[in-house]
Formats: sequence, structure tokens, C-alpha cells
Amino acid sequence: MALKIVKGSIDRMFDKNLQDLVRGIRNHKEDEAKYISTCIDEIKQELKQDNIAVKSNAVCKLTYLQMLGYDVSWAAFNIVEVMSSSKFTYKRIGYLAASQCFHESTDVIMLTTNQIRKDLSSPNQYDTGVALTGLSCFVTPDLARDLANDIMTLMSHTKPYIRKKAVLIMYKVFLKYPESLRPAFPRMKEKLEDPDPGVQSAAVNVICELARRNPKNYLSLAPLFFKLMTSSTNNWVLIKIIKLFGALTPLEPRLGKKLIEPLTNLIHSRILLCLSSVAVLISLSSGMPNHSASIQVMKYLGLLAMSKILKTHPKSVQSHKDLILQCLDDKDESIRLRALDLLYGMVSKKNLMEIVKKLMLHVDKAEGTTYRDELLTKIIDICSQSNYQYITNFEWYISILVELTRLEGTRHGHLIASQMLDVAIRVKAIRAFAVAQMATLLDNAHLLTGNTQHNGICEVLYAAAWICGEFSEHLEDPMATLEAMLRPKVATLPGHIQAVYVQNAAKLFSTVLRGQEGAPADSKVAQETSQLLIDRLPVFVQSANLEVQERASCILQLVKYIQKLQQKDVEVAEEVTALFAGELNPVAPKAQKKVPVPEGLDLDAWINEPPSGSESEDEGRKTKTKGKAVFAKEESRHTKPRYTEVDEKELAKRREVRKAEQANNPFYIKASPSSQKVYQEAVGVEHIPVVQIDLSVPLKVPGMPMSDQYVKQEEERREKNKADRKKKDKKKRREKGRQRRGDSGPESEEDITPAHMVDIVTEEMPETALYTIPCLFPSQKSSKHKKKKQKKEEKDKKKKKHQHHHHHSDGAGDESVQNGTVEEEEPLPVSKQSPFILSTQSNPCPLDIQVCDIQGNLHDGSQVVVSVIFENKCDSFIKSMEFNVMDSLNSKLQRPEGAGPHDSLTVPFQLPPGISNEARFIFSMQSIVMPQKLKGTLTFIVKVSWSCSPQSTHIPHYPNQIEVYLSRVPNTTGVDLTIKCLLTGSNQQYLLLRHPCNICPLCMCPCPSQADQTVSIDAKCDEPGLLGNVLDEIKLTFSQC
Amino acid sequence: MMRFMLLFSRQGKLRLQKWYTATAERDKKKMVRELMQVVLARKPKMSSFLEWRDLKIVYKRYASLYFCCAVEEQDNELITLEVIHRFVELLDKYFGSVCELDIIFNFEKAYFILDEFLIGGEIQDTSKKSVLKAIEQADLLQEEDESPRSVLEEMGLA
Repeated sequence: MALKIVKGSIDRMFDKNLQDLVRGIRNHKEDEAKYISTCIDEIKQELKQDNIAVKSNAVCKLTYLQMLGYDVSWAAFNIVEVMSSSKFTYKRIGYLAASQCFHESTDVIMLTTNQIRKDLSSPNQYDTGVALTGLSCFVTPDLARDLANDIMTLMSHTKPYIRKKAVLIMYKVFLKYPESLRPAFPRMKEKLEDPDPGVQSAAVNVICELARRNPKNYLSLAPLFFKLMTSSTNNWVLIKIIKLFGALTPLEPRLGKKLIEPLTNLIHSRILLCLSSVAVLISLSSGMPNHSASIQVMKYLGLLAMSKILKTHPKSVQSHKDLILQCLDDKDESIRLRALDLLYGMVSKKNLMEIVKKLMLHVDKAEGTTYRDELLTKIIDICSQSNYQYITNFEWYISILVELTRLEGTRHGHLIASQMLDVAIRVKAIRAFAVAQMATLLDNAHLLTGNTQHNGICEVLYAAAWICGEFSEHLEDPMATLEAMLRPKVATLPGHIQAVYVQNAAKLFSTVLRGQEGAPADSKVAQETSQLLIDRLPVFVQSANLEVQERASCILQLVKYIQKLQQKDVEVAEEVTALFAGELNPVAPKAQKKVPVPEGLDLDAWINEPPSGSESEDEGRKTKTKGKAVFAKEESRHTKPRYTEVDEKELAKRREVRKAEQANNPFYIKASPSSQKVYQEAVGVEHIPVVQIDLSVPLKVPGMPMSDQYVKQEEERREKNKADRKKKDKKKRREKGRQRRGDSGPESEEDITPAHMVDIVTEEMPETALYTIPCLFPSQKSSKHKKKKQKKEEKDKKKKKHQHHHHHSDGAGDESVQNGTVEEEEPLPVSKQSPFILSTQSNPCPLDIQVCDIQGNLHDGSQVVVSVIFENKCDSFIKSMEFNVMDSLNSKLQRPEGAGPHDSLTVPFQLPPGISNEARFIFSMQSIVMPQKLKGTLTFIVKVSWSCSPQSTHIPHYPNQIEVYLSRVPNTTGVDLTIKCLLTGSNQQYLLLRHPCNICPLCMCPCPSQADQTVSIDAKCDEPGLLGNVLDEIKLTFSQC
Repeated sequence: MMRFMLLFSRQGKLRLQKWYTATAERDKKKMVRELMQVVLARKPKMSSFLEWRDLKIVYKRYASLYFCCAVEEQDNELITLEVIHRFVELLDKYFGSVCELDIIFNFEKAYFILDEFLIGGEIQDTSKKSVLKAIEQADLLQEEDESPRSVLEEMGLA
């Protein structure tokens, strides 16, 4: 026995202690992971020893490793062992480790209950102390329930050291086990008057926290706190108490009065004092070049305080406008955001332009999109607040909005769009200008949609199209706008925008016709216009969006009819215009309420005497469905009160119906901004993939007005107004406008991912292709190699190394791992070292692999489930199959959590001879448009001491929206093809395959030797890239047949 | 209530972490990594506060070490800043002009001090004196534990 102890102690002398470990880690910066894994092995050895000192040393080291991010959950039991040591030194370490490593789901926590209870009642206050501290970190509902009583007793311990800890822990216990609150509360209240200030402040802390959650229950404590507030000198406690009163006063106004009376004067004088001192500080800090972080802190708090004061004393804050504007220039985003909040309340008619100009400058400079979006919403908020109260020049506002459309990648396109619509509709005088601006926007639409992968800015086109169409009489050149709206590229826009385009193209058409027919010119021009529409509209008729389809086909027919009339030289312009006659007016959502009810009209009264047995339709239906029609008569006796109730219900219902109507009606502008959203959701824009088009995109939209000029103009105007109110510089403005339109500088700046190089030509649908089919089925080509088992082992070792490598680089947060390891995997000796290369014909591989099914998983983003059938064709047992596919940019094999990006997946079965089985693998896809060829490896062990590895297999992989299913049908005549093309995508996308009779599946099978072998495929799809790729895929398949 | 406190170096190495709410290991790692990136990216002249997820982050840099606390929405930033400073003062008093290495090599001591100062995310004692006294007492107790064990005794020969 003694010998054993001696041995343990000597071992211990050579053990590393914590300092050695830390030093070691610092010395092994290069191969930290490796060093630590050896350390962990040592620690495991140490933990097996009986010596508690060794164990606690090991646990201490583990705690350090845990902080570095290594998993030490396996040592949880050892930690408990150390916790239960009788020596304070070790107990302390044990509790520290537990507080760092344990969480609610750690199962050994259950074992600790008794140990903790013992420690809590220990005569040594420090034992109790560490136990309480530890408990505060890992208390679970079970522990809380079991130990609540013990902790409650500790609250009246003789030592203040324990008392204050117990009080604070009680809060944690309340959270986990709320039932304990009631019995413990009286004692907690006592602690508010504890002689020890530490305990007192602890109790204040806990009660403040509790009161914040439910202030009502703590009103009764108000007098006590009032006393504390007046007597306490501890600032920390004072702050807490004042916060608590902040929560209490809204509930009890009398308390507020009592509190505020002595403090009002003080606070009042202080607010202004504070404010000016804050202002001084801010100006100081912005004036000094080398202001320190502490002043920055003051700045932040000052702005925070100002925003609170703004609500009560707006005037006093406004005087510091310049300072706040300066804060917008601050490097610190936290400060800028605070300043922005403040600006909202500071604008007036006079300074609006100036402030917005400043904000626009920031928009240009802002680098992060979140901050930029924040700026954008703030600009619109500021301008549109209280019904555009502060805007004096709406031309200026429109141009600001147009400038905002330049922002790339903003989410707030719909916000800008709704503002444009609102202003254009409600401010009649502005329409001519707005229409001109919108026409340029439409003309340059490609700049906005250039990279609209998930970009909300194209929403503004919705507004632009509508404004141009509705107020087309203001257009200078409606024909040009009409053409701009019918460009084939429009088909890439989201559906709801296309719908508006189509509708408004019709409006424009009517305007154009009227212009052309009014002129004495020949009728051919008018006919050409109709022809233009007839040529262009079919693109929309084929749209996947129902709304677009419907409108387009309706208008197409109409135009065709018009053309017929035109050919007979009938003047149609008048009638066409009549289609869109009348003005759409904005209606406020509450407008109905303002219509007074005519005298003598009682809306609730019945017009006809209510028939005795009558009920409203709804009621009747209800009772019928319930099968209680028998009682209907009885119920009808109490008609009077019931009917009013029904009426209220009806009203509510109608209100809802009307709301829904308004939401869907783009002309109800005054409705809540949600109208746009509702529209969007209904169509499901997100699901429509928008193809990126390879275009060089100029930075600026040509012809866009610069809002700055309006600021100047505004100043000029004001000055002029002073001198001569009647003169306006309209002419000047127009000239400027034209000049502006002239200077367009195409500066290209686009980098486009090569994955999306899409030819626009494929968009011309329907596409018909004629392909001849040679008749040979593609044989699966796969190079197959065999290796001896030793090789396999070697490879395994290599793999291990790889894994380490991954861990390491993962820790560094480096994502370039991919390339590195791919390179490493490739040189795996394949052909050189394998002694036998087996050709496919002579000696088949023991394993047959077939991809049998590929299914898209639509609910979960872009996942594809690939089912693979493995068939054992040899006479031996095949086991330990590991499947791996190298990730490509576009698709990734989903691996279990924690696996590295190149780890293989184990196939979950073994194959006895002659048996086949199916395994499923999930891939996640980036894009569904491109077809994929994935290369993978499959390693497996054949039991007769043969090992096959690696075997590279080409697994054809198709995009998730399409199932292309090719299989061989056993038929005596030769080779037949079954083609099943399905688009399983969202309901907008579908693909039709028509088989001309000569290649009908299964039934009329043409002999391949026959002469006529053509297949024509009509495909229809709103995604040109997808369509092109599908057709290529089919072509390829056929050409290989 | 304070949610957690982190100490990390300018190189992004974590020196101390204390979580006052039970959090899964994976989430902890993710939050620490994210937060370190955000804080380290900030310039020295920027303010000490930022809003992050639903929390307020209050941080302060002392030499090469960042002290970073996450508090809840209703908490006061200035108090948190004061808590950080008080903790640094405590470390300084205990180690005698503390430096990063002190915390690296005696990380358990740093934890003990923190545990005496804050408990369950609340301030336990605002008095520096009483915190240090408690630590001293506990250390004394620990030494008493160790001192009677001579080398021979330890080897089981005595």
C-alpha cells in the first residue's frame, strides 16, 4: 500500500502542473492541437489514479483546456470526485471546473445534490462559499427544488459573507423553481434591512430584478425602498432603487407624486444643466483631434440621454442640431445610430433639405448595408412624417427617392416604391415631373435589375411602371416608354411587377394610339404600335405567374382586335382610351367614417320587417351544420339583441374583407404600407429565381437628377421669393434637366460569378429541337482498382492526418481548407500502386453502383436526396463501405455534425453476396439551375482479404427541381427509353414533354434500326437558364443512346 | 443581469470566460467567436458600447486585454463599465500591477476573484476591501491545507 502511494507521488513529481501546461501550449504554437491531444491523454492517465491531488491537478488543467474550446464533458464524473474532496484546495478547483463545464443537460449534476448540501452546511464558511458560487452557475430546476430550503436557511447565517451569497443565489433559484418565491419572500424582505451593507445591496439587487419582471407585486415595498433611497449612501444601490421606482411609478400614480415632489426641482434644473454639459462635452470631443475612448463613451450616453429628453423637451434639444449632425460623421456606428434616432425629432421645414442632404452624403459613404438601410428608412421616415408636413418642394423629394434607387442590395425597395406612388398620386402638381423621372427609371431598368439576385430595389420599377401608365398623358415620348416596358428582359422581374408592367403597357398603348391617330399621319404608325404589342406580349402570356398570364392574354386579344379594326381604317383611339378613363383617387382607410350618416337614417334598423323565422345566412348555415335546425325557431325569439351582435360581427367581417381588398389593390395607396407586402407574399416572389445577366452596369443611372441642385434651388428660391415672389426659375430647371439627361457615363463595375453565365437566347420559348438518336446505351464508365488490405490501412492513417488538419484549420476560422485538402486527396496513389487494373468487361467490380433516384426536397431550402443502390455481385461479403463526394462550389454532401468537410459517410449496411441495398445521401445545393457532375469515391472491404479502394465513380447529379429518370426497359426489340421529365418546383414552374408517337414510352417502341428517329421536345419554363440546361441534358442523354 | 463576461487578448485569444446563464457549449463558442470579431474590429477611439443581438455589449480595453460584458436590455451601461473597472482594480490589487500573463498562468485565481465579486450575474459586494479579504482568507485556508504536508509525508513515508 505504502509502495503504491510512493509510486503515485513520484509519478506526480513528473506530472505537468497548470503552469507547465500553459507554458507548453505557448511553446507549441505550430502544432497546438497535437500537443493538446497528448496532454489530454496524460490527463486521462492522471484521472485514473487514486491520488486526489493528482486528480485535482488534472481537473484544473482540463478547466483551462475547456476555456480554450476543447470538449471536456467526458471528465464530468472526475470533476464531481474532486468537488467531493474534503480539502478546501481541491474542493475549490472542483467547483470551479463544475461551474465552467456543467450545464443543465450534464447528467452527473444529479449526483452532486447531496455533496452540495453537505458543503452548504459545512462549518467552514469558505466551503459554503465555493458551493454557493458553483451552484449559481449550474443550478438546475431539480437542484433548485432540492436545495431551496438549505439556501433559505443560509440567508440568516451568522456570517454576512454567506448571507449575501445566499441572497443572490436565491434569485437564481427563483428563476429555476418559482414555487420557492412565496415562502422565501418574507425573509428576502428582511434582508433589505440587514445591518451589513453588502447583504443589503444584494437584497436590493434581487428584488429589483424580480420587480422588473412583475412590478405589481412589489408595490408594497415602496415605502421601504423610499427609506433606503433617502438613507443609503451607496451609489450602486441608489441607482438600482431609482430604476426600481421607474418600474413602479406607472402602476401607482400616488407614489409618483410623492417621489417626484421633492425631486422635481432638482431634476428639472439638472436636465438643462446636464444637457448643456453633454453638449459641451460632445463639442469638446469633436473639436479635439485626439479624443479618447472615455469621451466617446460620454458622447454615446449624451446622445442616449438627449433622445430621452427629446420626448419631453423637444425645443431644448433642437438647439443642438449642429452637434448631432457632427455625430453622424463619427467613426463609431453605435454613436451614428443614436444620432440618427435623434434627427427624426429635429427636422423642420427650414432644415429638412439640409439634413437630408447630409444624410444622402452618408448613404454614399456608408459601407455596411445594415447601416445604409437604416439611413434609407430614416430618410424616408423623416420626410414622410406627419403627412409630409415638412416637405416644401416635392420635386426635390422625388429626386431624392430616385437617387435612393441607386443603392445596391437594399431591402427597402418597396418602401421607396410606396413613397413614389403616394407622392405621385396625392400631389397633383408634381405628376408631370414624376412621370418624366419614372420614364428615365424605366428606360434604365436594366441598371436596377442588373444584379437582383435577392435585391429589393427592383420594387421601385413597380411604382415607376404604374406612374408612367396611369399618368401617361404627361409623358413626353410615350412610345419610347412603351418600348422600354416591353423589353424581353422584363420577363426576369418578379411576377407582381410584370403584372403591373403589362397592365400599364396597355394604358400607354391607349395614350400612344390617341396621339398617333390625332395626327394626320398615316395609320401605319398606329398599326406598327399594335404590332409591337402583339410581338412582345406573348412573352408575358407564357409567364409562370398567373396574374401576368391573365392580364397579358387579355390585353393581347384586345390588341389583336384593335389591329383588325385598324386595318379596316377604323378610328379606335377614343374607345381604347375609354378603357382607362377616369381618375383613380387615393382613398384614406378611414374615409368612410367621415361620411356623415344622413339624418333620419338608422343603419341598424331593418329596412323590411324581419321575417319571424329569418336568420342571417351565416346563422342558418351554422345551425344546419350543427344539426340543431330544430331549435332555430326558439332562438329567433331573442332576435333584437342577437341581431345587433350579428351586425357587429358582419361589420368586422366586412372591414376585414375591405382591408384585404385594399391590400390587394395597388391603387389604395393610403392603406398601410403592408399593402405591398401582402402582394408580395401572395405571389411568392422569393421562389422565383432571377437570372443574373452578364451586363456591364454603369455606376450611375443616366439622367438621374441630382437632388443637391434642389437644395441650391431651394435657397435661391427663398431668396428670390423675398425679392420677387412671382418669378420662378422653371425654365432654368428644365434646361438643367435636359443637360442632365444627356450626360451618361457607362462605367462598368460588375463581377459576375461564372456559374450564372446565361445566354438570353434560350429565353425565346417555346423551343423546339430535333435530335436524332443513335441507339447505344451509355455504359457506366468507372475506373476500378483493387488494393491489398495493407494499402487500405495506410490510407486510413492518412485520413486521420487529414482530420487533424481540418480541426486545426477550423479553429483558425480559415475557410480555404477546401483547396488544400482536395489537393491532398488527389495524389492518393490509384493506378500506380494497384497491381491489377481490372477492365470493366473482363472482370467486373464486385460492387455495382447505381443512382436510382434523385429527389428534390422542396420544404427544406435546396436539398437533394440521392438514392444509391449498392449491389454485391461477387461471392464474398462486403463491409465497411464509405461513401464520399467532393464538395463542389454548388453542391455539398451533407455530413453529420462535427464531421470535417472531407470526411466520408459510412454506408449504414453490409452486403452479403448477391444482395443489393439502397442508401440515401443528402446534398445541399446552391443553385438549381446548373446540372452537376459530381465525382466521388467509395471505399470498401471485401472479406476475402481483398480490398477495393479507392474507386472513383461518376455520379450524375441533376438539379433538384427536375427529375430526369432514364431506365432501361427490358424489351425484345432493343433499346427503349422512358423519359419522365417533371418539374417539381414551386407551382409556377413546370415543364411539358411531348413525345411524338414514335417514341412513346413502353407502348409504341420504334425499332432503333428504323429510319425515322426524331424526338421533338417542347419545353416551357420561366427560367431560361434552367430550361437551357435541361434541354442540354436531354440532348446529351439522347446523343449517348 | 449580466449574461456573461469574456476576457480576450488583442490577438483574439480567450483568457477567461464566465457564463451566468447555462448555455450549450456550441452556442458559447459561436457567440464568443462572433463577438470577438466585432469588438476587435472596432477602433480605439470608438465608444465602449454596442448593441449585439438582443444584448448590450460593454467592453473596455486594458493594455492588450479586452474585458467584455454582455448585459440585458434594461441594464445600465455605465454601471457595467464600472463593474469591469472594479474587477480590474481587484485583479490589480491582488496580483500587484496585474498583466496578461498573471491571468494566463493563474487563471483559476482570476476566476476566484471574479466569483467573489460577481455571483450569478449580480454584483455581490461593491467594497473592494471585503472582496479582497474574502479571497485572502480562502487562500490562507488553502495554504493551511497544503503546508503541513512535507515532501516525505506526501510520499507516504512519514
